[in-house]
Amino acid sequence: MKHTLSPQRYLILLAVMLTASVGDTLLSHGMTQVGPVSLHHLGTLLVALKNPWVIGGIVLLLGFFASYLTALSWADLTFVLPSTAFGYVVVALLSRFWLHEHISAYRWAGIILIVCGVGFVANGPSLTEHPRHADDAQ
Amino acid sequence: MTPVTSHAGTFETWATILTVALTAIAGDVLTAGAMRRIGDLDDIRARSGILGAIKAVVGSKMFLLGVVSMALSFFSLLFTLSKVDVSLAAPASASLTFIGNAAAAKIFLHENVDRRRWLAALFVCAGVILLSK
Repeated sequence: MKHTLSPQRYLILLAVMLTASVGDTLLSHGMTQVGPVSLHHLGTLLVALKNPWVIGGIVLLLGFFASYLTALSWADLTFVLPSTAFGYVVVALLSRFWLHEHISAYRWAGIILIVCGVGFVANGPSLTEHPRHADDAQ
Repeated sequence: MTPVTSHAGTFETWATILTVALTAIAGDVLTAGAMRRIGDLDDIRARSGILGAIKAVVGSKMFLLGVVSMALSFFSLLFTLSKVDVSLAAPASASLTFIGNAAAAKIFLHENVDRRRWLAALFVCAGVILLSK
């Protein structure tokens, strides 16, 4: 049986892509403001939780987690994971066409590879069909 | 080749990146296994509402173990980002996680990781590395 996804489920995957990449970007920006954390002062990690960029990143990552879990309940891990990588492409394209940043030939090659990778799995079945055991069927 | 700016030595750099990747893989596989056992969340929500769906998820020990692994991965990522440049830490840990997850999903979740999915993991892995250049 070939498992295909409804438009609503593709929207869940879109949420997985966007919330993960934007959330990671906010976290990264916040941690550069917090500064280096040493093994002897791990309490600094708790201070990081007061930084608004880190808080914003955590809120988006919670949204990511909810949509990610929903996707995992009806699709394979190896089907859902490439979607999270597609978020990197979204961020790169936003930085090129919205922030007018320069994208090197390496990055364009990376974008093409990720799009191809996501295309490979998106064309295939979303869920592995496992034969039911006799005791499960009862 | 441009040297990587890092506040840590080579061993510490790769040990922290590997820790992020391994805990992330454990978290992904445990949560995916838990969600497979729980079943389609859309069906559960239609039957028992959003609270029923949350109860089903939070009541799973495998899910909670997965969350602990993800929390460990999150804090080790914060720790790593404070020591290693994001341009190395993020793509390196993400790439290792993609490849590791494909193998772990085949071994532990018995997913059908066919040639197409292996190719996808490798393409995404290479793509993430190139994006950081």
